[in-house]
Formats: sequence, C-alpha cells, structure tokens
Amino acid sequence: MHRHPPISKLQSRIRRLWAALFWLLVWQLAAMSVGQRLLLPSPLASLARLAQLAQTSAFWRSVLFTLSHILAGFFGAMAVGAAAGALAARFRGIRDLFAPLIAAAKSVPVASFVIVALIWVPSRRLSVLISFLIALPLIYTAVLDGLAAVDPGLREMARVFRMSPWNRLTRIELPAVLPRLSSSAGVAMGLAWKSGVAAEVIGIPAGSIGERLYKAKVYLATPELFAWTLTIVLASVLCERALRLCLRSAVRAMERM
Amino acid sequence: MPIILENLCRSFDGREVLSALNHRFPDGRITCIVGPSGCGKTTLLRIIMGLLPPDAGQVSGVPSRMSAVFQEDRLIEHLSAAGNLRAVLRRGFPERELSRALQAVGLDPLIPQPVRTLSGGQKRRVAILRAVLTDAPLVLMDEPFKGLDSATRQSVVDFILPRLSGRTVLLVSHDPSEAELLGAELFDMSPAH
Repeated sequence: MHRHPPISKLQSRIRRLWAALFWLLVWQLAAMSVGQRLLLPSPLASLARLAQLAQTSAFWRSVLFTLSHILAGFFGAMAVGAAAGALAARFRGIRDLFAPLIAAAKSVPVASFVIVALIWVPSRRLSVLISFLIALPLIYTAVLDGLAAVDPGLREMARVFRMSPWNRLTRIELPAVLPRLSSSAGVAMGLAWKSGVAAEVIGIPAGSIGERLYKAKVYLATPELFAWTLTIVLASVLCERALRLCLRSAVRAMERM
Repeated sequence: MPIILENLCRSFDGREVLSALNHRFPDGRITCIVGPSGCGKTTLLRIIMGLLPPDAGQVSGVPSRMSAVFQEDRLIEHLSAAGNLRAVLRRGFPERELSRALQAVGLDPLIPQPVRTLSGGQKRRVAILRAVLTDAPLVLMDEPFKGLDSATRQSVVDFILPRLSGRTVLLVSHDPSEAELLGAELFDMSPAH
C-alpha cells in the first residue's frame, strides 16, 4: 500500500477547504451550463435563498422543531442502546434475545419504518421514533463490542482488589466503550438526521423542515429546496461535531485519571 | 488466621494439577511456593483469590481483602503509573507517599504517560507497588520479580519488605534464591513432595 507523508492539521484543513471549493465550482459551472434555476439552482442562488429564509422566524421555528425531535430520538437511542448493550454484554441470554431485533433494525428500510410508524404515532412525533430506531442498533453494537473488548484479566484484577463499582466503570469499562461509541455515535447522528427528515417529508408534520422541503418540491421552488438541504447538512454536521467533541473530552478526562 | 488447604483438587481437561493438596500457610509470614512449571502453583493462587473453584476440597482462612501481583502485569494501560495505583488504593491515600513509593523503585512519579509506553520492567514494578501499597492483610504474588535485573530486584525488595511485615504473603517463584532474599519459608509443590 502506498503511504502518504504525514501532514499537519492546518494543511489537512486547507486541503479540505480546497476540495469543498472545487466541488462548489463544479456545481456553479453545472448550474450555469443548465441555465435553469428550476432544474439546478447555482450555489450562490441557494445561499441567497438561505440567507433570506434565515431572516424569518418561521425558518428558525422549523429548524428548532426538527432539531428537538431528532435530538430527542437520538439521545433516547443513546440511553436505551447503552443500557441494552451493557445488559447484553453481561448476560448472554439477553444478547441472544436482542439479536433478531437489532438485526431487523439494521436491515429494515427507513421507508418501511416510517409507513408502519405512521400508523402508531402522530406525524408530529414520527421523526423522534425514526431517529431513535435508526440510531439504536449502532449505539447498542458500539457498547456491546466495547465491553466485549475489555481484557478479562483486568476484570479479575478489579475483583481481587475489590475496586469500587465507580472505579471499575470509569477506569476499566468506559475507557473501552467510549472510543467506539464516539465513532458510532457520530455516524448515528448523521443517520438520525437523514432518516428523521425523510420521515418528516413522508409524514409532513406542520412546522417541520420536512414539511418545508415537501412544499418547496410541490411548488417547484428549487432554490428553497436546496437552501433547506444546506440547512439540514449544516445542522447535522454541527450536531455530529459537538457530540464527537463531548465524547472525545470524556475519553481524555478518563485518560488523565 | 492461617490459610488452610484441605484435600484441594483441581483438574484441567482430565489432567490433575492439584491432587488432594493439604497445607497450612502461617499467618503474617511470607511463604515462597516453589516447584516446576505445571505443578499447580498459579492454579493454587487463583483458587485462593476466588477466581477458580476447586473440584474438591476447601480453602479456609482467606481474608476478604487481598491484593495481588498476577503472572501478567494486568495494569490499566491507558492510565499513568500513579493512576494505576490510585485506582486500587483507598480514597485519601497520601499523594506524597505514592510519589515516594514510585521513586523508591526507580520510577518518576511525575510521568503523565500511560503505562503502555513503559518498559516491561517498569510495568512490573508498578504492578508490585499496586499490590504492596494497599493495606490488604493477604498479598499474593505470582513470579513478581520476573523481568527485573538483580539490582532493580534488590531495590524493589528493600522497599517492599518492611511494608509486607506482619502480612500473609504467598509468593510463587521458580527461583528459591528469592525466598532467601525475602526471608520466606519454602513450600515445595514438586510432585516428589
């Protein structure tokens, strides 16, 4: 395998910025060659529409609505997935019991979940349930795998020395789980946004980003459609970054003990 | 209270490792358990630690609190040397004493790096300190000086010996000279005995 020479963080950021600028330029050129805003608005037109939308309170209400619902589902999945993963790591029977559920949650298409969930819950709550169901198996698997990777010799040591449950948790178990959880939770956050908004587009709850996306499509307001899409990407990336930052800080705090 | 082994038996895959073993380890003394590889020394320590059940027989007199140096270091790799000691020591253990102990065995107490970056000998010394600095009345040591050169071993012994005084210590070793170094009684587990 070809090895690239190591580069600094700043160099890496500059490269990523150039890559983003390159693709924006490709988008701009493509929009100019198509020449119809209805089919493909330019990045500038989309950003201009986003700037207009951001000046309205309705925009921020929609963002807040979707953000709160998706985060509620995501953090619900974090709590349930972590507890279920810990139980499954401890008890083989529980792991076997959860296995079909987790396999189903991993493989069932989001659209099937959404349509079935629409029968059970009002459309306003749909994105909570969908982001929960999508994030759950990733969190569960990360916790289960992390705990399974703990050296059994360390657990024996903790037992012989009668380490307190708090010391065992913070010095042996959590440090094994957090690095895996940090990477899986980042992915799960991205998926929660994608699936949550997809659920809103199908369920069309009033005041959600999904509803605004749906209306933009119906009225062929393509620049607005792109502006909302940019909003979703930004919100998703910011949530993911904030989450990774929190989890990374937790990992560092454990290492400083 | 002495630790008493009564007709202790343990087999692995049909191979008998401990066969009706009887012995009495005196209270508050150091006993060096010697014998060839595979004679059941580590198995005996694991039974006393409560990590392995015997097939038959019983062990009595084992206090509820104990500490150990395992055959492998079993350190928490992402923690520093001091962090590994703090993980098992009682809350409020004096930091000065902890630093002094690390210095006494040739380790820098201010090293913030995780123990995974230390050499094998340095890790072994951390594992020994972890067992000795606790105030457990029973200390079990499985080849504690493995990988230490004679000068380092002597400095470690000089530090730990006064701290083991009055505690029951069971030390597994291949080297009978270690028993002499620690002023320990010998318990030979060779099949001939």
